[in-house]
Amino acid sequence: MIVYLVRRLGQSLLAIMAMAVLVFAGVYAIGNPVDVLINPEATQAEIAATMQRLGLDRPLYEQFGIFVKNALQGDLGSSFVYGRPALDIILERLPATMELALVALVLSVAIGIPLGVWAGLRPDSIAGRTIMGGSILGFSLPNFWQGMLLILVFAVILGWLPAGGRGETTEFLGLQVSFLTWDGLTHLILPAINLALFKMSLIIRLARANTREVSLQDYVKFARAKGLSGRRVVMVHILKNIMIPVVTIIGLELGSMVAFAIVTETVFAWPGMGKLLIDSINLLDRPVIVAYLMLTVLIIVSINLLVDVIYSLLDPRIRLSEMKG
Amino acid sequence: MSQITANAPVRVDSPARRILRQFMEDPVAVIGLILFVVIAALAIAAPWIAPQNPYDLTQLDIMDSALPPGEVSFGTGQTYWLGTDRQGRDMLSGILYGLRISLLVASVSLGLAITIGTIVGVTAAYFGGRLDSFIMRIVDLQLSFPAILIALILLALLGRGVDKVILALVIVQWAYYARTVRSSAIVERRKDYIDAARCLALSDRRIMFRHLLPNCVPPLIVVATVQIAQAIALEATLSFLGVGVPITEPSLGLLIANGYDYLLSGVYWISLFPGIALVVTIVAINLVGDRLRDVLNPRLQK
Repeated sequence: MIVYLVRRLGQSLLAIMAMAVLVFAGVYAIGNPVDVLINPEATQAEIAATMQRLGLDRPLYEQFGIFVKNALQGDLGSSFVYGRPALDIILERLPATMELALVALVLSVAIGIPLGVWAGLRPDSIAGRTIMGGSILGFSLPNFWQGMLLILVFAVILGWLPAGGRGETTEFLGLQVSFLTWDGLTHLILPAINLALFKMSLIIRLARANTREVSLQDYVKFARAKGLSGRRVVMVHILKNIMIPVVTIIGLELGSMVAFAIVTETVFAWPGMGKLLIDSINLLDRPVIVAYLMLTVLIIVSINLLVDVIYSLLDPRIRLSEMKG
Repeated sequence: MSQITANAPVRVDSPARRILRQFMEDPVAVIGLILFVVIAALAIAAPWIAPQNPYDLTQLDIMDSALPPGEVSFGTGQTYWLGTDRQGRDMLSGILYGLRISLLVASVSLGLAITIGTIVGVTAAYFGGRLDSFIMRIVDLQLSFPAILIALILLALLGRGVDKVILALVIVQWAYYARTVRSSAIVERRKDYIDAARCLALSDRRIMFRHLLPNCVPPLIVVATVQIAQAIALEATLSFLGVGVPITEPSLGLLIANGYDYLLSGVYWISLFPGIALVVTIVAINLVGDRLRDVLNPRLQK
């Protein structure tokens, strides 16, 4: 187990380093770092001071060392627009993104699994076919387009829900959250559905395929032959067995939710860190872009690591095959 | 002559003919294929069939700004079947030109990504060992990050531009092809015909590209149809977010973004129609891809 953990941890560190090199290469090597990292409105003296602080007058490998050292200390530069440390600005936006991602995850599981099981039990029924057709659309249509349709239907035509923003927030465990106020909740519904649709389609397909496979197993036939109610067969015998692959996918896809939130947040003007990234790109606020990328990479890599470790605890076959390979 | 054919054994279809015949058995897939061919033809022919050149400012009339679908121009008397945008640009023409850019970006990046991915994948599978595990580490590393995040990183650093979007899409997509080609090539490599080719002392390059590669093509085609739909969607998303193609060469995604601000005030057509064009294109490719997957899957063959 320790061998596996060390190995997996090494891979994660490698991934983070690779991304750091990519970001560093992008900022320092391709463009002129003076343009990238220093506010274009700065005076000559400020430019000289910043160049010295960031070590831009040194050779490239030394600069990389300084970049890594500063990054490890949480110093990823200061925003041109806000004039404050870039990391602080992003961390302020983090709760909004996390709330959106978690609510979307809950939605995609709570709707996706029942629909997938239903379609798997009756694959040739009209309902089953409709669910599959819907999931193919949810899977292949661009996320921003689905979000726009949601806005067009529910905000513009029907006028039931607000089209954007976060609404009223309230304090919960020291964080500002939307889902506890009525106004916040109405603002949350559409973006959460939008972000959930892609994962939901994925879960539907997976749950359907596994349900079809499991329903043919002898123990399910035996459970039915024993005269158990259909409800019990589905809830206990089928559901328990399809959860293993579904839970894996949910874990692995959690990290990508944070990245997909960029699109949803932009469409719905949700004040999370994804929208901050797009705003920063448009304003050329590059320290914030760099800080966002490093933080997101850290989040995704950590989630993947956590999921893998938990999964290998549950299923010893995985760490055995990893150790051989 | 007729005698020879009469005595000939049961005619065996060539693989391409068999695939074509099986493909045609599914009417939904045929509709998808026809739709895609029509869309591609419209995109290619855009400069000749579009009612106006939407990027020639002299042809635009600001009086025709944001006309709803079916209105007639105040100046020229032409009918705007899909309405106009804020600059008085005919949406139908805008969509035809936009399709052209969307499909151009997707197909060029597809071609480059397949080429790079195939070479890398075949090389990894053929030589194996450390080279293989090194290449596959990189592929796994890249695939552990969402495609949209990698593309955004690149474009945030490189800036806007058709060439830059293509570069970003190639970098995002090559890994899928490399993995696909490698996994089928590694199975093929152990077969006798490769050993036979080796015994003939053929060069590595010749064995890799003339013997190994042709047998890895079917899964590659399936992945390519899925990926080209993904590429179109990703390009549209990037352009919608404002980091993709420049304003002077708007793809469907950028057209949708341009109309997005007016959506809330009920001026729906500027965003909706390019969106429908995008969706129809993606769905048509997916219908073709789904059928190809069934037809090319050896496990489903008798």
